Amino acid sequence: MSELLKVTHLHKEFGKNVVLKDINLTVKKGEVVVIIGPSGCGKSTFLRCLNGLEELQDGVITVDGLPVEANKREITKLRQKIGMVFQSYELFPHMSVLDNIILAPLKVQRRNKEEAVREATELLDKVGLLDKKDYFPRQLSGGQKQRVAIVRALLMHPDILLFDEVTAALDPEMVHEVLETMLALARSGSTMLIVTHEMAFAKAVADRIVFIDKGEIVEETTDVADFFKEPSTPRAKKFLSTFTYE
Amino acid sequence: MLDLGIDVLFKGTNFLRLLQGLWVSIEISLISVVISILLGMIVGVLMTMNNPILHVALKVYLEIVRIMPQMVLLFIVYFGTTRVFGLDLSAEASAIIVFCFWGTAEMGDLVRGSIKSISKVQFESAYALGMDKVQTYWYVISPQTFRRLVPLSINLITRMIKTTSLVMMIGIVEVLKVSQQIIEANRKISPNAAFGVFAVVFLLYFMVCWPISRLSNYLEKRWV
Repeated sequence: MSELLKVTHLHKEFGKNVVLKDINLTVKKGEVVVIIGPSGCGKSTFLRCLNGLEELQDGVITVDGLPVEANKREITKLRQKIGMVFQSYELFPHMSVLDNIILAPLKVQRRNKEEAVREATELLDKVGLLDKKDYFPRQLSGGQKQRVAIVRALLMHPDILLFDEVTAALDPEMVHEVLETMLALARSGSTMLIVTHEMAFAKAVADRIVFIDKGEIVEETTDVADFFKEPSTPRAKKFLSTFTYE
Repeated sequence: MLDLGIDVLFKGTNFLRLLQGLWVSIEISLISVVISILLGMIVGVLMTMNNPILHVALKVYLEIVRIMPQMVLLFIVYFGTTRVFGLDLSAEASAIIVFCFWGTAEMGDLVRGSIKSISKVQFESAYALGMDKVQTYWYVISPQTFRRLVPLSINLITRMIKTTSLVMMIGIVEVLKVSQQIIEANRKISPNAAFGVFAVVFLLYFMVCWPISRLSNYLEKRWV
């Protein structure tokens, strides 16, 4: 399998506050990598760096061999290869669901409208929201909005999808429908990088787990089941123990 | 019957003159409003940029406009500039300059506020979809800004229309000046005219501003 995303010696700081220290990570095509770690450990910032939403102080990120650099003209081309879904389900409130989804394919990729609409319709059908295509975001529940946001990212045909705690702001009963959608995506062979606090989901979906604490990768393993049973570092052990109530 | 002094309006061409005066007011406001809105949008976008020099300059501009009474500005531009800079500005031109100077600052501040009120994730969602800055502003940010802006700017427009009553101070014969002339001319035969004529002026202002503010209400409901 080929390397799709490569991060070497990534260093990121906000002023004097070092957020990410010497991060190295390679993601192959078709791989699903789940990033976990305590709040404020830098995992969301890491995803934002990958999409050029943050400037790096040091290190190189490449997607498909092309460098990701914020504030360069090429970044808009590169971002089309990288789909991103945010925690706060931000659809564009002044547009219908369908218009939200086809905006970037039409305006950025200059695709044929009929074709974009056809594909959007198919994808909406897949996530069970076809009947909502003419609704406005304010008429949807959080879970529905988040699924639309996923479809919106998918229609750009990205090589890799980034999910930044997409269920963290949802009511519990809506978490499931969004995770189901993501699981189906993972099974269909999409390359995904997921930041989440849903441990059961992480266990089910991940090919590899990356545990980040205080801006560093502390543990990284493809033995997903083992990691959740018996993590090898004490920091990961301590973190995982916060999810059980005994 | 109570003498309200309205009868003077039906003498000669008095009422027609009043309407002509009203048109002068509307004309000055209309030109100023259109220019202010256009320039205000540019100034507003500039205000959201993180350039420190620009930031200070625009801040000073906005504060000057807020602190200075419009009448002082009118006097400076109309009476003050003539000798100092050798400019021969007509009263109408002076009025439009002052109103644009004022309107642009206020409109710019409204535009700035509306853009700032749009969450950062809206920008980032657009960027993440591969849109560049221009596309992001055009398709995502401006339509939302515009909707928030309409009720606010309509408030500014009605304020500008009302404030045009000051331009009589630099000799423009607008609706208020005409009404004064009518009252003065009829002081002997119709001493109660002050009430009736000004009441009609009030109604005229109301007729101009009320539909505009209704429109704002309507748009606000439609877009929320």
